[in-house]
Amino acid sequence: MSVKQLAVVSGKGGTGKTSLAACFAALGPGLLIADCDVDAANLHLIASPMILKKQDFYGGAKAEIDPELCQRLGICREVCRFDAVIFEAAAQPVRYRIDPIACDGCGSCVEFCVSRAIKMIQPKAGEWYRSETRFGPMVHARLGIGDENSGKLVSMVRKASLKLADEKGLKMVLIDGPPGIGCPVIASLTGVDYALAVTEPTMSGIHDLKRISELCRHFFIPVGVVINKFDLNPLISEEIKKFAETNHYDFIGRIPYDPDFTRAMVQGKSLMEFNSSPVSNTISEMWEYIKNLIK
Amino acid sequence: MMIAVASGKGGTGKTLIAASLALSLGKAILVDCDVEEPNAHLLISPQWQLTKEVLLPFPKVDLAKCNFCQECQRVCRFGAIVVLADQVLTFPELCHSCGACALICPSKAISEEKRKIGEIRVGIRNGIKLMEGRLQVGEPMATPIIRELKRWLDKEDSTIIFDAPPGTSCPVIHTLRATDYALLVTEPTPFGLNDLRLAVGVARKLNLPIGLIINKAGIGDRGVYDYAQEQNLPILLEIPEDRAIAEAYSRGKSLVEAFPEYKKIFLGLFEKINLQAGENVRKAVGSSKR
Repeated sequence: MSVKQLAVVSGKGGTGKTSLAACFAALGPGLLIADCDVDAANLHLIASPMILKKQDFYGGAKAEIDPELCQRLGICREVCRFDAVIFEAAAQPVRYRIDPIACDGCGSCVEFCVSRAIKMIQPKAGEWYRSETRFGPMVHARLGIGDENSGKLVSMVRKASLKLADEKGLKMVLIDGPPGIGCPVIASLTGVDYALAVTEPTMSGIHDLKRISELCRHFFIPVGVVINKFDLNPLISEEIKKFAETNHYDFIGRIPYDPDFTRAMVQGKSLMEFNSSPVSNTISEMWEYIKNLIK
Repeated sequence: MMIAVASGKGGTGKTLIAASLALSLGKAILVDCDVEEPNAHLLISPQWQLTKEVLLPFPKVDLAKCNFCQECQRVCRFGAIVVLADQVLTFPELCHSCGACALICPSKAISEEKRKIGEIRVGIRNGIKLMEGRLQVGEPMATPIIRELKRWLDKEDSTIIFDAPPGTSCPVIHTLRATDYALLVTEPTPFGLNDLRLAVGVARKLNLPIGLIINKAGIGDRGVYDYAQEQNLPILLEIPEDRAIAEAYSRGKSLVEAFPEYKKIFLGLFEKINLQAGENVRKAVGSSKR
């Protein structure tokens, strides 16, 4: 039996991905949580993981010029397409240096430097963890502040999650994805069995939903749509539902605005653990429905 | 004056603040750097003036000239070009457009072609110029579009407001770098606080003066306030959790449009930012003289 993978995504940030993923994690059973929002992870604030194993992550390489070897020919500056080579004319003596933020890590400068004065260094760019939580095992990560290659780190989390789920005989990997549609989102989505798009009834919500669902379609991933805070604007909620139906996405359901989500978060709990209410019942039903869809 | 509005966490109200600030000022350039999900246009409703494609070069191999030496494959750090026995495969989505393969090729068999990864749109409305970057769906790299947006910026003397994407990685860094001020928008919840810490880390790494806006004040807990005090970060503005604001936003209305009294509040905010950024410049000049 192969492990199923479900990704919770949204396009727009702050629609409630993590709060909803935490509910599903609490409902389970038998799943592994993979927090793939590696540059602004939040699920650990609810899952309170106990870290069992920590590993360093090395992201993209950066060029570095050795001023001793540099003959100041400026070839590096000519070949660099990222304006990362800075010529410091005011320095004594004048020198070339790499701006690590602008450096893309392509290594062209290293290749063409006749003085062999440039080398690539690969600094630690984050950490990733294998943990245990009250919901089951969890794989998560932390990208260093301002570091790059979040997509690469997401891929590592994904790979470790699958392996661990398989070892433990778990049925599902539940992925809490990052916002957007770019590289870390693509890394969170590739090869999943189902994408759950959480949206909100605002003009931004529907605009962003269209882009994230198009991305899923691009990768042939089936999409389900959930509207959070649907009562904020019933008209746009209706429009979202129509959009889902017209495009043959599964319309999973609607969740009303409920301040208990935040109250639960303050206590480090998922809504399911916080209270039993019509809203938590709705979420339980949704979860059963989704599990059936991806069985 | 270049102000970057950022947050770490998504959905805290970055775009609402950035657009409301621009509209209050009356004359400003608003740059939507959330190129994966650009939303500022929904609040500004500009009249679009022009669209420019963002093109990235990628290698094209002339097999008649190629001697299959594999130099291109060796030099490419992104696995975007692979040499087989009698053909060369290229993977444009992996290519970073550094041009190393074309430069290294001893038989000059590689030229570069351009492909579209997104576009930049420029629109205007009542003294506001909106510049929007938009990544094409399916393309992974947001940063080249942000770079292009900044390259295009004519700095005149007007105020420039950058609407940053969520998160703390490359696209955020490229939005914030070379600006004058980081205006960080957060919400008073544990998630908000966690991501605010990260955003503050980014802004400090770039040596930017920081000011906070707490949106949805009244929900959650006091964690963000305690952190602001402990870190000596000024809270410039609090916007209460208010269903009327959320409803107006859902219809694409900014704060100043829905509630005109906010115009004065945003002008006050701008004054505070100017004052703080000015002090920062004075401090920097003072310390370099020493």
